[in-house]
Amino acid sequence: MKASKKEFIAEAEELLEESQRLILEVQDTYQSGLNPDTINALFRAMHTLKGVSGLFGVQGITTLSHALETLMDDVRLGKIDVTAEVVSFLFKNVDILKDITDRVSQDSDEGDIAAYLRDIEAFRASLKGQVEGDSSLALIDQSILKVLSEYEEHRLKANLKDGKGIFLVKAVFPLETFDTSLEALTKTVKAGGELISTLPTSENVPDGSIGFNLMFSSVVESDELRQALGYPLDVLVKPRAAAPVPVVPETAAEAPAAAQQKPQDTHLKSTSTTVRVDIEKLDRILNTVGELTLAKGAVKRIGTELVELYGHNTLVYDIHKISQTLERRLAELQDQVLEIRMVPIGQIFTRLAQIVRRYSREVDKQIDLVLYGEDTELDKYLAEEIVDPLMHLIRNSIDHGIEHAEDRRRKGKKESGTVILRAYQKGNHVVIELKDDGAGIDLDKVRKKAIEKGLVQEGAVLSEKEVIDFIFAPGFSTKDVVSDISGRGVGMDVVKEKLSVLGGYAEVETKKDAGTTFMLTLPITLAIIKALIVRVGDERFAVPLTSMSETLIVEHKDIQTIEWKEVYYLRGEMLPMIRVSTFFKFPPVPTERSFAVVVGFGERKVGLLVDELFGQQEIVIKSLGEYLKKMHGFAGAAEIGKHEVILVLDIESLIDDSVVKQKGGAIYV
Amino acid sequence: MKTILIVEDSATTRALIRAVIDELGDVETVEAASGFEALKLLPQQEYDLIITDINMPDINGLELISFVRSNQRYIHLPIIIVSTERSEEDKKRGMALGATNYVTKPFKSGELLDIVKKTIGL
Repeated sequence: MKASKKEFIAEAEELLEESQRLILEVQDTYQSGLNPDTINALFRAMHTLKGVSGLFGVQGITTLSHALETLMDDVRLGKIDVTAEVVSFLFKNVDILKDITDRVSQDSDEGDIAAYLRDIEAFRASLKGQVEGDSSLALIDQSILKVLSEYEEHRLKANLKDGKGIFLVKAVFPLETFDTSLEALTKTVKAGGELISTLPTSENVPDGSIGFNLMFSSVVESDELRQALGYPLDVLVKPRAAAPVPVVPETAAEAPAAAQQKPQDTHLKSTSTTVRVDIEKLDRILNTVGELTLAKGAVKRIGTELVELYGHNTLVYDIHKISQTLERRLAELQDQVLEIRMVPIGQIFTRLAQIVRRYSREVDKQIDLVLYGEDTELDKYLAEEIVDPLMHLIRNSIDHGIEHAEDRRRKGKKESGTVILRAYQKGNHVVIELKDDGAGIDLDKVRKKAIEKGLVQEGAVLSEKEVIDFIFAPGFSTKDVVSDISGRGVGMDVVKEKLSVLGGYAEVETKKDAGTTFMLTLPITLAIIKALIVRVGDERFAVPLTSMSETLIVEHKDIQTIEWKEVYYLRGEMLPMIRVSTFFKFPPVPTERSFAVVVGFGERKVGLLVDELFGQQEIVIKSLGEYLKKMHGFAGAAEIGKHEVILVLDIESLIDDSVVKQKGGAIYV
Repeated sequence: MKTILIVEDSATTRALIRAVIDELGDVETVEAASGFEALKLLPQQEYDLIITDINMPDINGLELISFVRSNQRYIHLPIIIVSTERSEEDKKRGMALGATNYVTKPFKSGELLDIVKKTIGL
């Protein structure tokens, strides 16, 4: 992709995401009182998108954003009322624009947009012609009215209609610094009302200064306003009803002070200090850091070898010192790059919120979405990779979890269902919880289906958790319980697989008629991790430290077999054991003792039996590529120095596999 | 040598207008990315023409026109409105406030060129 096109895609995506956020805000507020600034911002987003796409010659997006801009213009001018229908129409069309943007980014054709365009025009035509409420502008002086733009006039009318008071405040500022002073005054005005027009004037204004007449609406009585603003105030129209609790602008005291600030140099410098960077570029930096980490390891090794060869002398000491500095600085650099990659999870929550709102309408269920922990930070790559699995889970909750209103009423629940999305940090992990108050997973049905599918023998004793785990088995779907999400061909196994690839795992809690909670645990970052290097037979493997809790020396005579499971009693608790050599079908080597690496958490805690432990090392996990992707049990490969490449164990799939196989009752002896 | 002040919040449109005006040759352009910037630039030198957008974030083009027309110093300064076809109503208001001419976005370069020439008598 050409750089300029990349820039376009990035800007278009940003604008469309902003639009979605604004539409959500409109949806939440249109019944209780819309903020006109939100509508105007949405209009401007479409306006900008039109401009940018026009510049890059992306004709389809230009045409559609132009049509939507026209629609939004009618909305902001009050020619079209905001209704649920308008909101969902806007959502739909932003989605369409997103799809087209995706296609453009993949270098494919924009596709035929004629039908979409007709749709927008027809929709707009069907709604237009709603008349604006009667309101008299006669109370306002003509000299003021004639400088209002059509939009400003509409806002003035709308405020009059609502019975708000209309005021005019006059302020004079030095020409050099008027923008900062005016900004402070504007802020004060906006805190207590709506700014309708800012009219610059040179009447009765000394040289080197500039005057402003700010027309605004407010429900506050004029005396209070006068005090708050600290500037002469004209009351053009008094507020109609007795004003509700007066809103005293919070910046009241600051405004006059700001106005008297000493003159500053004029400047055109932007106040924005952010840059947009392609995540690939950050990946490249991380790769370089990874390679430097290897070089650092080599320097350290040479240092140790030098001590052995020449004993302690100044040169050896220097090498040692240098290698320490290198280690510290590299760690800093790595932390800084990782920090740049972090994004607040709120970014993906916004997108998911939209899915909830739209999808719940599609299936005609009322759903309240509650979000917690939007500020929790996560690696950008992980955030993007997890958003689709989360979407599947949410759709699943809405489809199969939350009951229809009448069923809920019968069960004595409130009619609207609740979906809670919560994120929080837990050590080196981020936990994303998706909780619904629906019907819960029908475990009997799941068990039946599992037997039908031959995943387990009839009569096998299964814990509740083991039954739940079947929903993640490939091809597992019971229509009215869970998954194969509404015929979209996506099963829970895909969700599980994705998590596993990302080094995370899912836990499920479910209770009949109380609801289901999915807990997805992910590492905060993927890029560079610490790993324990182990030996099994003749092979060496890496075990990510994030997955493990401790290592043990285990005498084989202490391993017992219970119901086909090999277990070991660790501090009185039963710990299932997995022989890594058996998993990979290595020829058995008879030994008396092994090392056990304890991995997994909570109920998924198991011990991996390995032959030798080599110590910790930082590794950069590289993907195995398309060709080797199907290999089971590996999360990727890593270089561990001296050009040696080893495989990284995929702990989650090892744990899963052992559970399923053992339940099949066949393999482990 | 004529000096033209271009007031337009979109950098793209600004560049486009500048490119058209550059064809005139002996003309200097000064650019303001907002109404506020225009208010600051106005007293700094003499201009022969203002080209302004209407829909801008701080003060709109109409407010700028009104300011220019009410000030003795700029009372004869020609103003051309450059605005989208959607702002038909606003354009009328701008003309009523004393703008000299208008061009509708998107415009052909020849169209803008002709109007600029006509307005400043080139």
